[in-house]
Amino acid sequence: MLLGTPTAESSRLYALTVTEGDPAWAGALAGTRLGLPVFHVTEDDVRAQVAPDLYEKHVGLMEFAQELDEIRRTVRDVREKCAGANDR
Amino acid sequence: MDLKGRKVIALGERDGVQGSALAECAASAGAEVVLEMTHCFV
Repeated sequence: MLLGTPTAESSRLYALTVTEGDPAWAGALAGTRLGLPVFHVTEDDVRAQVAPDLYEKHVGLMEFAQELDEIRRTVRDVREKCAGANDR
Repeated sequence: MDLKGRKVIALGERDGVQGSALAECAASAGAEVVLEMTHCFV
């Protein structure tokens, strides 16, 4: 799952929904644990694999987002927490 | 995480990166985009 979310809050909600299930318990995925590996398009590991011209064209402006570090950290934390749960 | 050969769901957001743009990026890395969509988080 590849996200293009612009804030840490929306990143957390989307990431949790596709891993542990809808945290708001408001949608169809409430209580549904999909456990999908989730990444944000700005994470270094993803960015390094995308064609540089396309990244600059589509994602370049996001590099100026104030919350970018928090977005990356949020998605990584959800992913690692989910991976840890899957190992149990 | 190697995107090449992976199936990817591109979930974009109106105020962030659109799903179609994510799909292009993922495809350029060799991924197979199986679903793309753009939502609006409010």
